Amino acid sequence: MPPDDPSGSSIADPGSTAARVAVNAVARLPAYVLRVPSGPYRSLNPLTRFVIAIASAAVAFGVRGWTGPLAVLVLTAALALYAGVARSLRRFVLATIPIVVSILLVNSFLYPGATDVVLRVGPLAATGTGVTVALQATLRVVAFALSVALFSLTTATDDFLADLERRGAGRRLTFIIGSAIGTIPAMASRVTEIVEAQRARGLDTEGSVRRRIRGIVPLAGPMVFGVLSEVEERTVALEARAFSAPARRTVMRVLPDDGVQRALRWLVGLGSLILVAASIAGRFPLP
Amino acid sequence: MTLRLSGVTYRYAGARRNALDGVDLELAPGSVIGVVGPNEAGKSTLCLVASGLAPVVVAGSLGGSVTIDGRETVTMRPHELAQRCGILLQRPEAQLSGTAATVFEELAFGPRNLGLPLLSVVERVEASLATLDIAALADRDPTRLSGGQAQLVALAAILALRPAYLILDEPTSQLDPQGTRLVGDALRRLAAENRSAILVVEHKTALLDRLADRVVLIDEGRIVRGGPTVEVLDDPALAGHGVEPPPRVRVQAALAAAGLDDIGVTDQLLAELAS
Repeated sequence: MPPDDPSGSSIADPGSTAARVAVNAVARLPAYVLRVPSGPYRSLNPLTRFVIAIASAAVAFGVRGWTGPLAVLVLTAALALYAGVARSLRRFVLATIPIVVSILLVNSFLYPGATDVVLRVGPLAATGTGVTVALQATLRVVAFALSVALFSLTTATDDFLADLERRGAGRRLTFIIGSAIGTIPAMASRVTEIVEAQRARGLDTEGSVRRRIRGIVPLAGPMVFGVLSEVEERTVALEARAFSAPARRTVMRVLPDDGVQRALRWLVGLGSLILVAASIAGRFPLP
Repeated sequence: MTLRLSGVTYRYAGARRNALDGVDLELAPGSVIGVVGPNEAGKSTLCLVASGLAPVVVAGSLGGSVTIDGRETVTMRPHELAQRCGILLQRPEAQLSGTAATVFEELAFGPRNLGLPLLSVVERVEASLATLDIAALADRDPTRLSGGQAQLVALAAILALRPAYLILDEPTSQLDPQGTRLVGDALRRLAAENRSAILVVEHKTALLDRLADRVVLIDEGRIVRGGPTVEVLDDPALAGHGVEPPPRVRVQAALAAAGLDDIGVTDQLLAELAS
């Protein structure tokens, strides 16, 4: 198999000068740039892991009954164990608690049309139908969260972006995805800075709920204006670094991919699509 | 081969007055021009206009002419400008891409945008790291650098594009004396060895004293004084424009004020003070 040309095109002759230069160039990259993935699951191409995550989420939400979300939960848990990130999944499960609680309460007590009361709490009555729906919805939400979590725990953003770029995704698209993900911690640190600055000037941001809500107003202004003023600055900075150059961007890292993974992506992607479509159409009844 | 501003006026979109007014300037290969002036004098606007990013990227109206190697900047596309004229902005953290996992990749961002072969990208990154002596930062996360480190990385990222002209807006504002000296030495080397033409806005006049061939004083959008570095920085009128003279000049002035200007302070001592 010919070596990958880091510039993105394939090299016809592995013994050619171009091939040798490409291989030499990759050899010059330090290990902290190459970041060779460890373990079999992490060694899968990022796109393969992405397709698995999307397919899992689709099955969790799209296949009726218990089977879909349960199968996704079991599969995701198994993959997480295999990838060595099972412990880290806990915090994602914890993050779903608020939404799970609301799903359980609303569906159990307020499910429209259900009359099979199983529990009364004051004027409210929980129904068997409502509880069943609530538990199924909970399973779907948790399965969805875990499949997304598995992807994010096993895939570095820049790996995913590097792979998308190699596949020909535009630099603007990959930049937008990358900077959007990078913006979250940047915004968090900006909020901290603004809060500290406002506190230093005597703003009370702790104590009662009312005080905390009042504290949001002086926080939001600098936050919004700061972000807006940064947009132009960032545009200038990007243009100063030839961001709009017409050439195809040089690919620095080529992540592993092969025919087996391509087949797996098609199989998983199409399989989940057919499963969801059949389930919605009622042609594939599952418990 | 020069970067030339002739009768340049610039007004930002929506602004009521010109940020630059009748500016003439010429930056030749191998030369370093220092720019001093008070806050809001138009120094950063001068940088944006000289680099061609205003009005090509920053909205505003340009009068007069700005040419790089004979070509009007308004006729050039941003990536063409970036390869000829690199600009370092005042806030280095805003200049970083925000998408690179390491400083090495951050420096590779510009050359990769140009679609250069990977080997060239790697060589440029390594050379830029070496020029500013920041190879030790190469594996660091660019978003977790100190202000001074970010400034050096942002400058190295511009150097990786290998522009013939460098426009630097306060490149040492967050650096300690050692970092300032390092940047000064690197810029002097770039001008001497690579024949880079450098326009550097600085409040640290001591740095300009030993780096710049010429200095221009800008105030209210106009160049009010320009000439060889020693002449401009020795001008007592400098302080009246909110610019602090370099230590060498202040020592001379203090000695003169104390009636000690004939004690034979050698040029060497003054040069030491300047550095």
